[in-house]
Amino acid sequence: MSPEEAAWAALAQVRDPELDRPITELGFVARLVTGAGAVRAELRLPTYFCAPNFAWLMVADARDALAALPGVTSVEVVLLEHFVAAEINRGVAAVSDFAATFTGDTEGGLDPSLAELRSTFERKAHLAAQDRLARALIAAGAEPAGLGALSFAAAAGIAPEAAEAVARRRARLGLTSDHALCDDEGAALPADRLPGWLRFARTVRVSIDGNAGFCQGLLRTRYGLAPSV
Amino acid sequence: MYTKDGVSYFILDGHTHFWDGSPANQINRYGEGFIKCFYDYHSNLSPEEYRWTLEEFERYPEERMIHDLFEAGPDDMAILQSTYLTDWYVNGFNTTAQNGAMAERHPGRFIVNGRFDPRDGENGLAELERLHERWQLKGVKVYTAEWKGASKGWKLSDPWAYRYLEKCQELGIRNIHVHKGPTVYPMNRDAFDVADVDDAATMFPELRFIVEHVGLPRLEDFCWIATQEPNVYGGLAVALPFIHSRPRYFAQIIGELLYWLDSDRILFGSDYAIWQPKWLVEKFVDFQIPDDLQGEYGVLTTEVKRKILGLNAAALYDVKVPGELTVPRGAGDSGPAVGAAPAAPA
Repeated sequence: MSPEEAAWAALAQVRDPELDRPITELGFVARLVTGAGAVRAELRLPTYFCAPNFAWLMVADARDALAALPGVTSVEVVLLEHFVAAEINRGVAAVSDFAATFTGDTEGGLDPSLAELRSTFERKAHLAAQDRLARALIAAGAEPAGLGALSFAAAAGIAPEAAEAVARRRARLGLTSDHALCDDEGAALPADRLPGWLRFARTVRVSIDGNAGFCQGLLRTRYGLAPSV
Repeated sequence: MYTKDGVSYFILDGHTHFWDGSPANQINRYGEGFIKCFYDYHSNLSPEEYRWTLEEFERYPEERMIHDLFEAGPDDMAILQSTYLTDWYVNGFNTTAQNGAMAERHPGRFIVNGRFDPRDGENGLAELERLHERWQLKGVKVYTAEWKGASKGWKLSDPWAYRYLEKCQELGIRNIHVHKGPTVYPMNRDAFDVADVDDAATMFPELRFIVEHVGLPRLEDFCWIATQEPNVYGGLAVALPFIHSRPRYFAQIIGELLYWLDSDRILFGSDYAIWQPKWLVEKFVDFQIPDDLQGEYGVLTTEVKRKILGLNAAALYDVKVPGELTVPRGAGDSGPAVGAAPAAPA
C-alpha cells in the first residue's frame, strides 16, 4: 500500500458520528496530500453551519487516525469553510480539548461530555442496525414474534451481513450480548418490550438514512459535485 | 384555496418569511454564510423551474412574494415568522415590525408572529408586551441557535425562557414555534436536541409548541416527545420538499409522523422563499404512500391532507374556515391509535 492509499484507508475508519458512515464515503475528504512522513487532509462539510461538536469529532478523529500510521511524523487536518473552522483547526492542531478551545461557550463542559455525545449516537446507530437486522431476518422467513428469543449466532447464520453490521456497532459501544436484538445494556428484549423497541428502531433508521441522503445532497449542491451513484 | 379533482383545500401556509439577506444588510461572514446555507437548501430540493439565482434569493420584492403565495400560489393565508438575527444583519433578517408593515398592506392575508429572546431579560419582556399590543400576536417564533454577543444559543428550559413563556401565557400568545439550529451552546450536547421542548411543553400545558422542521435532523427525538406531549406539534417546512427529490423518504417521514402523532398536529409550511407553496401543495395533494410502504404506513386520506394543509393551523390561530372546506377533528387518522406510547427504547 502506498502512503497515500494507507492514508485513505485510515480516513475510511473515521465516521460522521451522526450519519454513521465513513467520511470518505460521504465525500467529506476534499483533498489528501502525502509526502515524506507528512500527511495533510482537508475536510469539507455539507453546510457552513454544520454542528461544531460533530465537526470537531471528525477533525480530531481524522488527526488520530492519520497520526497512528507507521512512518507518519507530521499530520495536519484542516476543516474548510465552516463558521468555526479557525477555532476547530487551531484546537485540534494543538491537541487541545474541545472545551478548552471554546472556553466561555461550554458552561464548564468537559470532554467526557463529548464522549457522551458520541455514545448517544453510537446507541442510535446500534438501534438502526437492529431494525435492518430484524427486517433481514423477517425477509428470510423468521417469525417476527420469535426475534426476541433469537441468539446472535443464529441470526448471523440467517442474515450474516446485517448481523455483522450490528456486531460492529456493539464493538464500538463496548457492548456484548448473545442476543440478536438487545437493549443498550445488552439484555434480551422480552415480548412486551420488543414491538416498541423495534418500532422506535425503525424511526431512528429512517431518520439517520434520511439525514445521510440530505447531507450528501447538500454537499453536492454546495461544491457543485456530480450526483453520486 | 386549491382545488383538485373536485376537492377543495383551505391552505394556511404555516411558515413564510419576508427577509433581507442581501450583502448590504449583512454585518459579517455569518450573515453571508446563513443566507448561502438557505440558498443551498433551496437549490438542492426545489424543482428546476422554481430555482432562483442567489441574488434573487437574497432579497425579493413584496410583489413577488404576494404573487408566489396568493396569486400563482395556492395560499389562502400565511404566517410570517419573525427571525431577527441582529448580530448578523444590520436591520435584522426579518423583524416583527417589517413583517407587520407588509401584513397591513394585504389585509386578511397574513398572520404576524412575533419573537422573543430570553437573553433580553426584563427589557425583552416589556418589548414582547409592546409587540403584542401593536400586532395582536397569537404566536411567536423562537430560534434557539441565535447569537447574542458572547452567547451562541439558549434553551427553552432556561429559567429566563420560562419567564417569557409565562408572559406569553398571560398575554394569550399560545403558539410557540420553535426552530432548532446548530447552537454553539452548550457545545458538548447535541445542538438539535429537542429535550428542552419536552420540559417546556410539560411546564406550560396551555401553550402549543410547534417544532419547526418536525425536529429534523432529529425526527426520532421529535416523534418521541410529541407522542407523549399532546401540546407538541410538527411543522413540515424542510420535510415536505423531499416530496419532489426523494418521495420515498418523504413517505417515510409523513408515515412516521402520523404513527407517533395524530393528524391534528402536523402543519404545512413552505418556508418561503426557500420553497414555494405552489409546487409543494400540488405535489402533496397528488401524493400517496408508495404501495410497498402502505403495509407499514397506511395511506394518506383526503381528510388528513386537508387538515395538514390548513385546517390544523386554522384551529391554532382561530381562523374561520368556510364550512364546506372543513373536516371533523380527529377524522381520517391512518394507522394504529397513537398516544399509547410503546415502551421506552432507552
